[in-house]
Amino acid sequence: MNARRVDVHCYVGGYPFRHVPHPEPAILARVNEREGLHSAWVGHLPSAFWRDPTLGNEELYAQLAPHASRLRPVPAIRPDWPRWQVALANARTQEAPAVRAYPQLWGLQGEDARLVRMANACGEAGMALLLTVRFEDLRQRHPMDVAGDLPAATVRELVRRARNSRVIVAGAGREWIREVHWGLTPAEQERVLYDISWIWGPPEDHLAGLMREIGAGRLCFGTGWPLRLTQTPAANLELLPEELMPAMLADVELFAAG
Amino acid sequence: MLVEWPAAEAPLASTEPLIDVHAHFLHAGCGRSDWSDVNRARLRAGERMGITCHVASILGSWGHGSPVYFPSPRDVEAGNDAMLDLQRTYERQVRGYAVVNPNFAKHALGEIERRVAAGAVGIKLLASRRADDPLLDDIARAAAERQLPVLHHAWQHRTRYWPQQDASDATDIVRLAERHPRVRIILAHIGGGGDYQHTFHTVRDQANVYLDISGSGTDRGMLDAALEAVGPKRLLWGCDVTMETGLAKLRALTVMGMTPDEMSDIRWRNAARIFPDGTFPGIEQAKVSQ
Repeated sequence: MNARRVDVHCYVGGYPFRHVPHPEPAILARVNEREGLHSAWVGHLPSAFWRDPTLGNEELYAQLAPHASRLRPVPAIRPDWPRWQVALANARTQEAPAVRAYPQLWGLQGEDARLVRMANACGEAGMALLLTVRFEDLRQRHPMDVAGDLPAATVRELVRRARNSRVIVAGAGREWIREVHWGLTPAEQERVLYDISWIWGPPEDHLAGLMREIGAGRLCFGTGWPLRLTQTPAANLELLPEELMPAMLADVELFAAG
Repeated sequence: MLVEWPAAEAPLASTEPLIDVHAHFLHAGCGRSDWSDVNRARLRAGERMGITCHVASILGSWGHGSPVYFPSPRDVEAGNDAMLDLQRTYERQVRGYAVVNPNFAKHALGEIERRVAAGAVGIKLLASRRADDPLLDDIARAAAERQLPVLHHAWQHRTRYWPQQDASDATDIVRLAERHPRVRIILAHIGGGGDYQHTFHTVRDQANVYLDISGSGTDRGMLDAALEAVGPKRLLWGCDVTMETGLAKLRALTVMGMTPDEMSDIRWRNAARIFPDGTFPGIEQAKVSQ
């Protein structure tokens, strides 16, 4: 069954605010094989903090090419910059399953028409839009890391307006997820998935509670590598109460393709 | 659309002893209707993982009757009562710390005496008073006399005041440890928030400060850096309020190239060494001296 375990929340490359050991694609491929993951949707971590992610995307495509069967590129595209449509077309050529955006780092709100247009364009091209709530715990952030978390309101507003979009949210906790999920219509809810990398397990059992509350089919697998240990979400699934095992998470490939 | 996941059967963390030195329970006075569910969930997950013993505390009323980190004497007593009730009920799996608030110095010393007589195996200090405050000296002396470890809540590199707590960081805790070299101090949850690298630099040479690896934080590189700073004999395994991160860290340690002996130290042997004799009767003392 591990054949379908896909990590949607991982990156290659360094992080501006602390040393990250070995964030190279070859290491990621080896870790994923060790942990029994089928494949990974991989972003370029430095690009999140660059004004123009274009060169980062080129690096990403080149770095992942030798690992194409297991590591799929997820480029970052700024909808508020010119020629984002070209970048999106490139992403499609590179068989990217999704596109990353960082509205909180780029000063964009959920109702921003440019973001809405790109979210729709991704959906129409058979790609998900991948948003990241946080990279690090709030309590350990560098004094220069002041952008804050992605607000739940941004995602609610974006999903309401971009009706052709399919959005995957990485790094959200339970309350954040509940705030988005129950602020959407049933049809809108179907267009959002949340990765489990930042959801607590026992004894508070946030993951189990969310599975009961919104359904395991709204959740998908993600790790936060190379910032966080790959082993955590798998451990979380293995510690679910018996009645929730085997947990049934969403198939992200099918979700993205629509 | 959906993917099935396999279920495991054997203890997820193997059958070797495993001691969680940083666990918590709730009680009926915590203002949460699900308090017993949470306690059951900890025991269920512990059994699934293969935890031999949860060394736990109850932080007063967890904020219901007085602040979590500034518990009133009445709430301290209620929490300690409930903790020792759990220890009696789950004689094999649970051991309790005596929680004290050093602002009530006489009460704190009385609690230590009463609770240790009733079976408490260590002292839990929160964030009611900074670790280097002289008010903690009598508590540290009591710990030394009774050979009790002190689990001290920590904020890894406190750069400002945080609301609702007088958090201590490694600098504060090392000052306490320097004044009381016979006391074994467990600096809490390196994954529990803040800059753990600052902690590692600070405690490196303070031999009576141990690090517990619990907390929700699972940064890659954190365990490697902790090991590099203090070595496997000063690391203690624990979960705090996220047990999945405890399991993940165990698995990460196993792929970091540690020897079986070093793994045993972190899993249980260091704990067996620093807690009073007889704390973990299920674990053969002979193995401790190996």
